[in-house]
Parts: sequence; C-alpha cells; structure tokens
Amino acid sequence: MAATNIETWQSATVIEILPVAAGIARIVLEPSLPLEAEPGSHVDLMVDIAGEPAKRSYSVVETNDDGTRLVISVMKAPLSRGGSTFMHQLAVGQQLEMTQPLQNFPLRIGAQRYILLAGGIGITAIANMASVLKRLKADYTLVYAGRSRGAMAYLDELTALHGQRLEAHIDDEGSSLKVPDLIARADEGTELYMCGPIRLMDAVRRTWEESGLDAPNLRYETFGNSGWHDPEEFVVRVPKLNLEVLVPQGRSMLEALEDAGAEMMYDCRKGECGLCEVRVVALEGRIDHRDVFYSERQQRLSTKMNCCVSRAVTSSTGARSDAGDAGPAVITIEPN
Amino acid sequence: MTVTSTTSSTTNKVLPHPLNAWYVAGWDHEVTREPMSRRIANRPVVFYRTEDGKVVALADACWHRLAPLSKGKTVGKDGIQCPYHGIVYNSAGRCVSMPAQETINPSATVPSFPIVERHRYVWIWMGDPTLADPGLIPDMHQMSSDQWAGDGLTIHAGCNFQLVLDNLMDLTHEEFVHSSSIGQEELSESEFVTVREGNKVTVTRWMHNIDAPPFWLKNMRDKFPGFEGKVDRWQIINFEAPSTINIDVGVAKAGTGAPEGDRSQGVNGFVMNTITPETDRSSHYFWAFMRNYCLDSQLITTQLRDGVHGVFGEDEEMLMAQQAAIDANPDYEFYNLNIDAGGMWVRRILEAMLVAEGRLAASA
Repeated sequence: MAATNIETWQSATVIEILPVAAGIARIVLEPSLPLEAEPGSHVDLMVDIAGEPAKRSYSVVETNDDGTRLVISVMKAPLSRGGSTFMHQLAVGQQLEMTQPLQNFPLRIGAQRYILLAGGIGITAIANMASVLKRLKADYTLVYAGRSRGAMAYLDELTALHGQRLEAHIDDEGSSLKVPDLIARADEGTELYMCGPIRLMDAVRRTWEESGLDAPNLRYETFGNSGWHDPEEFVVRVPKLNLEVLVPQGRSMLEALEDAGAEMMYDCRKGECGLCEVRVVALEGRIDHRDVFYSERQQRLSTKMNCCVSRAVTSSTGARSDAGDAGPAVITIEPN
Repeated sequence: MTVTSTTSSTTNKVLPHPLNAWYVAGWDHEVTREPMSRRIANRPVVFYRTEDGKVVALADACWHRLAPLSKGKTVGKDGIQCPYHGIVYNSAGRCVSMPAQETINPSATVPSFPIVERHRYVWIWMGDPTLADPGLIPDMHQMSSDQWAGDGLTIHAGCNFQLVLDNLMDLTHEEFVHSSSIGQEELSESEFVTVREGNKVTVTRWMHNIDAPPFWLKNMRDKFPGFEGKVDRWQIINFEAPSTINIDVGVAKAGTGAPEGDRSQGVNGFVMNTITPETDRSSHYFWAFMRNYCLDSQLITTQLRDGVHGVFGEDEEMLMAQQAAIDANPDYEFYNLNIDAGGMWVRRILEAMLVAEGRLAASA
C-alpha cells in the first residue's frame, strides 16, 4: 500500500523537540504531504553539516492516523559525521526537506510468534512494530537492551504499554542481554525483528545461523552507522588514481574519496548492496567491517571492503588503547 | 496515498476502489503449483500454491530488477524463483537465496498479500494487512453448501467495477438487455423496495401472477415436469461491501405462498456475483448460478452455467459500450433515476470506505 522505496520529497516543520533520554531528542515533525507510516518505515531528510547538505535516515517512531504528526528520535553521537549534531540543534518552526515514509523493514503480519529486539536507539525502528502487534493481539516479546535506564528512550512508556511482554536488559543493572538465551527461545514459527548496534546484530545473526533457524525469519535494518570500534582517522591510498586521502573521523571512506575527486561506484551507502566494494591491496592496521553484505568468512579474509561504511582502525585488536603511539592506519586499495 | 477524487462517488463515473477489503482473486482451481499472474486493484500479483497446497500471493515483480516472478517457477517447499537472475523468495516474500553473494540482502523482499480460501474462491486483501480480518469476507456460503448445486465462470469486463455493481443492483435492464431469456415487461412495471443496513443493501422486487420467461419456465419444468401456468417471480438483490452481490431469484406457482415464505412450489437460484477491480477501467467479474433443486444433475448445472453465461455476455457488451461512451463524453455527468437507488447506496458505502482510507475527500 503505502510501502514504497520511492522517495517523495516534501517539507516538514519542526513542531516539538524534547529530550527523552540521555543524549536522545524526540522530534515531532509536521509533513507537508502527510502519510501514515507503517511499522518499520523510515524517512530520509537533509541535514546541514558545516554548510554542506547531507542525507540522513531516521526510523519513524510513530505517526498519528493521518500522518500529520511524524515522530523521530535522534541520538547525539559524539563521533558522528555531524548529522545528529544538526538535528539536536533544530528549533520549533524550522523547516526541513524530508521524504514521505520509506519502507525497507516491513513487519509481516501473520507469524506465529514474534521477538522484537531493540538495542539502544534501535528502539526507534521497533517501537511502532510492537504497538501494531499489541493491537493485533499477536504473540510477541519486546526485548529492549541498553547501557543504562537513563539512556533508554521511551522505556517507561513502553513498559506501561506492553507490561509483561516487555523485557528490559540493562547493562549497569547487571541484567545484560545474553544473546544465546534469547535465540534459544526462538523456534521455526518465530520471526525476529531487530535494530541496534552492529555488535549486537552480528551476535544475533551468528547465533541465529548456528541454531539452524531459517535465515529469512531474522529481519533487521541497518543504517550503516555503527561499527565494532570507534571511528578513527585513517589514510587511504589509491595507487591506480595516484591518490592519498585522509579519512577524518566524521567522514566515510567513500565520501573522502569522492571529495578527492575519485569517481566511485556505490548505491545504498549503508553497507547492504556491495556496489562500493574496493579491493584491499595492503593494510597497516585492521578493517572495521560495518557492512552486512559480506559473510563472516569474507570479513575475516579482509581482501575486500565496502567503503561506504567500513573503516580502518590502527591496532590489530581494533581498540584505540592498544594502538599506543601508532597510527593512523593506512589502507591501500584498488577501486572497482 | 493521494486523494484520488474530490467529487461525490454518487456521480463519479470512474470510481476508485477501496483497498482495505477482501476481493476474489480467482477460483480455487485456478491457483496451482504453476505461477499465475493477475492484476488486482491495479497491482500485478503472482499466485501459486506451496507443496502443502497453501495459496501464496506476492507482488509480481522481483525486488531486484522487477522481472515478473510469474514467468519463473516454484522451487522447494514454498518458494518461487525469479526467471531472470535466479533470486528465490519464500511464501512470505523474503529472499532466501541471492546470486553471487554469500549473504542475503536484508532489504530483499517482495510484498506478500493476505489470502483466505473460502466459498470456492481465493480472497485477497490488497490494503493495510493489519486490518485483514477474515470475518469481513462476504457471505457466499451457497457456493460450498450441500444444499446448493451449481457452477460459474469469470467475465473479464472492460469497465470500471462500479458499472458492474450498478448493473446488478438494478435489474430493470433485464427487460431490455435480456429480452429473450429472463426479460419481461413486468420488471419495469413492478414495485421494488431498497433497504440499506450498514455495509449491506437489499433491493427486493416481486412480480405476481405473471408468465414465466423462457429461462424460468425451463427451470420450473426441470423440477415440475410439464408445468404450465402463471408464476410469482422474485428478485432479491443482496449487496455486501465491497463488491459482492448475491441475487436470490426464482419463481413459484402463482398464489402458492412464495411471497409469504413458502417456496416449496417453486424453483430457487442464487446468482452469486463478486467483482474485483483489475484496473480503473477493467474488472474480473466472478459469477456462479447455484440452485436448490435437482442437486445431483450435472446436466442442469452445465445448462444453467451456459445459459447464464449467454445472458451475462449481453451485459458485458453493454458495459463495455457504456465505458467507451463514458470515456468519449468526459464533459457529461450521470443522471440518477429512482431505479438507481440500490446502486446509489452502494456508491455511498464505497465512498465512506474510500474516505476512511484517505483516498477520497468527503463530499460537502
């Protein structure tokens, strides 16, 4: 029905902006072409980063029935590329360019059982699914994992709405999520929908696969904005183009190469499609694979990478603290 | 969804169709392990059965390059493979295998549509799947009851679905369109009563002490060999949203109490009609004629099906000509007569459904 991947751009007015958790703002927008958002949908909108327009995707937390109030929530990421900083500085009355809701993460109606898994800000993609399943009286469990209560947006509202069906796992209260225990509760009639940091999603994907569960019943969405390690500045060399480019913390390798004038092939820019693949010729450091295109085997080999999301880090463990004075990482590639 | 019309549906000549509703996609026997393509409510849909016999309905366009899945083949327990690059989807429309990569792209899905098999038909819900309540499927129980026998066919009608509904809600036209079979002048002379209740409309017409037209005389003689004489004839048109019209029709020996409820001296049929929009200007019109006498006669089943097929061919011709005239005269409006009361209620009900979906502005 309304589910589409075709971008219809419109204007949206900020009508409310409020903090809902540590570093998370709830932003209510009034679109000029309102449309009710399906669960799992997101909007793309144009942010301004140091005077340059850039496109960002945000899950739709909810809309009202006629779509005239559309809610997103944005976490201010200190190491972000600048989009979240812009979003946090929005003021009521300000206008943005925004798409109508887009759908890459549809909730299928009719599964026997559902597990909805949200890690941190990933709750924005999951909350609407939970309310639809509640309305349909479906058999569902909403699993919400976070570092601390104060960092978990909507926790109180969701607890009130879902009661026993909500299961909160809070690291600093000692109730961290144990992925194998969670997946052990899934059977062949279970569909699991998840959105969260890539470490969590990778762990779930691996355990799901090892459990012999049907791959298509594990559903997830990634915007390619989280990695195994904090982003670092690194150097990328492209002998074929006679280029040496510094990739700053807040910029992707693809963007840095484009900035330097390289004509790159790409499409999704979120680590899904594999079109931005480059071949790794030499590496000082390690690759932080942030895509979902490669299998674990391919990621371990590290002969190729998706440069739209994946990065290089200095130390072989990936942790900056293990790198000492070394760095930055240097990666030599051959583009497609 | 954009507002598609701002004029009142009671005068709108090409009415949009509600999406939050069950439509018949096909006869149960039409859907097999071999993929079948059919456009429903403007969307191409591929239908097939899983190994377990469950009907699957997916958007008939591969997620990758939009090649029609209906030209592919069913694979495994419940899958279908795109004929172009071999991408395989399961019955939920999820990709289970992709060429040239070790993972499956998480976005790789095609829309799947809720399906229910009931009353010898495959019903599909094209709108918001969270509203797809099987309890909303129109009552067509005569189709699969041991009290009734009969069969039907599909007409591919080259007109907006509402024109078919108009046609069935007012049977005055029988006198003129079907003069050799079921038409008679008493049709336009007799009184009729129109009643609307919720999403249902009933139009009742009785003709007392008349000669049976050829179609009904034959039916009476099937049950009462050698029958001669006058009959009481009834037509009770039952509409149920969005587009099912079951018409309770029959004749009984005149004065034997049929109008009061005793139909034992007559023959009774139900013309089961359900119309599915294909595009704004074409429809899948599924019909069957079910009877409650001579239940074990396949001869009568076939005769009735072929006879009604001939009658409906006359409608089809008229409907196509009407659609062509509508399109050729864009500046002319419809005029509504008292005989249109049933059809006008149908339009009112559909208009309310469209307004609820945000696809029609409420009329002032």
